[in-house]
Amino acid sequence: MSWITKTFSSSIGRKIIMAVTGLFLCTFLVVHLVGNLQLFKADNGAAFNAYSEFMGHNPLIRTMEIVLVLGFGFHIYEGLVLAAKNRAARGNQRYVSDHIEQNSSWHSRSMALLGSIVLFFLIVHLYNFFGSLRFTDVPRDANGNEDAYALVLAAFKNPFYVLLYVIGQVALLYHLLHGFSSAFQTLGLTHRKYTPAIKFIGYGFSIIVCAAFAAMPVYFFFFK
Amino acid sequence: MAGSNPNAKPMNLTLKVWRQRNRNTEGRIVDYQVQDISPDMSFLEMLDVLNEDLLRKGEEPVVFDHDCREGICGSCNLFINGRAHGPEPGTTTCQLHMRKFSDGDTITIEPWRSSAFPVNKDLSVDRSAFDRIIQAGGYISVNTGGTPDANEIPVPKEIADRAFEAATCIACGACVASCKNSSAMLFVSAKVSQLALLPQGHVERKSRVENMVAQMDKEGFGACSNIGSCAAECPVGISLENIAILNREFLSAKATSNNLA
Repeated sequence: MSWITKTFSSSIGRKIIMAVTGLFLCTFLVVHLVGNLQLFKADNGAAFNAYSEFMGHNPLIRTMEIVLVLGFGFHIYEGLVLAAKNRAARGNQRYVSDHIEQNSSWHSRSMALLGSIVLFFLIVHLYNFFGSLRFTDVPRDANGNEDAYALVLAAFKNPFYVLLYVIGQVALLYHLLHGFSSAFQTLGLTHRKYTPAIKFIGYGFSIIVCAAFAAMPVYFFFFK
Repeated sequence: MAGSNPNAKPMNLTLKVWRQRNRNTEGRIVDYQVQDISPDMSFLEMLDVLNEDLLRKGEEPVVFDHDCREGICGSCNLFINGRAHGPEPGTTTCQLHMRKFSDGDTITIEPWRSSAFPVNKDLSVDRSAFDRIIQAGGYISVNTGGTPDANEIPVPKEIADRAFEAATCIACGACVASCKNSSAMLFVSAKVSQLALLPQGHVERKSRVENMVAQMDKEGFGACSNIGSCAAECPVGISLENIAILNREFLSAKATSNNLA
C-alpha cells in the first residue's frame, strides 16, 4: 500500500474523508435549496422549469454532477465502513447497564441510522424526479422547458411521499446538527474563539435548510 | 477520621457483579449483598469488604484492578451503574466514595467493554494495548548522561501548562470504555499533544503520530465520531481539543513526513 492509501484507510483518514465529503454535501444542499425555492414563485412553475432545464443541460453542472455522485459515494461508503468497524471494536459483549445517554446526545450517537434514513429518502427522491427527468420524456411547458413542476405537483398529492419527505428532512436535520460542527473537529479546525461560532452556524444552517426543504412537500400538499 | 460524618449510617447494598472465569469463558452477572458499609469507604474498600465476606464463605473473591488508590495510577477501572468510574464526574473508581450511594441501592459493576481490552477475569481487563501504543511512539529519545540543567530548554508558561494538562492522562481507559465506538483517540491525542507541544517532542513529532495511530488501528480500537462521551467521563478532564490536535498532527505528518511506507 502506498502512503496515500494507508493514510485514507486509517481511522483518522476515513474520518477526514467523511468530514470533507460531508461539508461538500452541505454546499450541495445550499445550491439545491436556492434553486428549489423557485417552487414557491406564483408563476405555475415557469421559473422552476427554467432552472430545472438549466441544471439538466448546462455542461458545468453536468460535470459537477459527477463530482456530486462521487461525494455521495465516498460519504456513504466510508460511513458504512466506519459504522461496521466501530461496532466490531465494541466487541460482542455489551454492557448490562449502560447510561451513555448521560454523557452524549442521542443524535450524535445515531449518525449511521440517521444517514441510512436520509439515504432511503434520497433513493426515493431520485426515483421521483431525477429518474423521470433524465430517463423519460417529460411533457414541456409553454416556454418549451421540461415540465418538472408538474412532476412536483403530482408527487406531493400523495400523502405517503409528503410524510416520507418530511421524515427524510427531520433525519437530515439531526444528522447535520452533529455532522456540521463534527466535520470541523475532525479536520482539526477548532479554536476557542471560532468553535462556538461554528457550532452556532451549524445549528442555524441545519434548521434553516431542513425546514425550507420540508416546507416544499407540505406547501404543495395543502395549498396546491 | 478527618472529614468523616459521625452521623452517617452504615448502608446495606445489593451488588450485581460481572463474574467471568477467564478470557475464553462466558461471563455473567452475579448478585451479592454487602452489609454495614460505611459511607466514608471508597468504592474499592466496599469491594474489599465483599471479598472478605466471600473468602470467609470459602468462595472465590472478585478480581478487580487497583494500585495506588489515590486517583493517580490509572489502575482502577470499573463500569459502575452504566458509567465509567461511576456517576461522579472527574473521579476515578478509587476516589468514588460510598456516600454517593444510598442505603438499599442496587449497584451494577462491570469491566471495561472493548474488543481491544479482553477480560482477564471478573472485572479485570487486559489494557496492554495502551502500552503497545506508547511503545510505538509515546516517548522522547534522550541520550543518557547527567541531569540536564533546569530551564536549559526554555518553554513558555502557557505551552508548558497546556502540555501538562494533556500529560495528566492516567491511561485508565475510561475514554475507550465509555465510547460507543471503543475509540482510543482521547488517550492517544493526550499523549500526542503533550509531546507535540514541547520542544523535546519535536524531533520525533511526525513519526510519533504516524506510528501511534497505526498501532491504535492495529489494536482494533474504533474511530472517533466526536460524540464526546470520553471527555465527559475522563476522570482527569482531558478535553476534546486534544483530538482536534491529533487530527491536525496526523494530517500534517502524513502530508510532509519522509515516510513513504
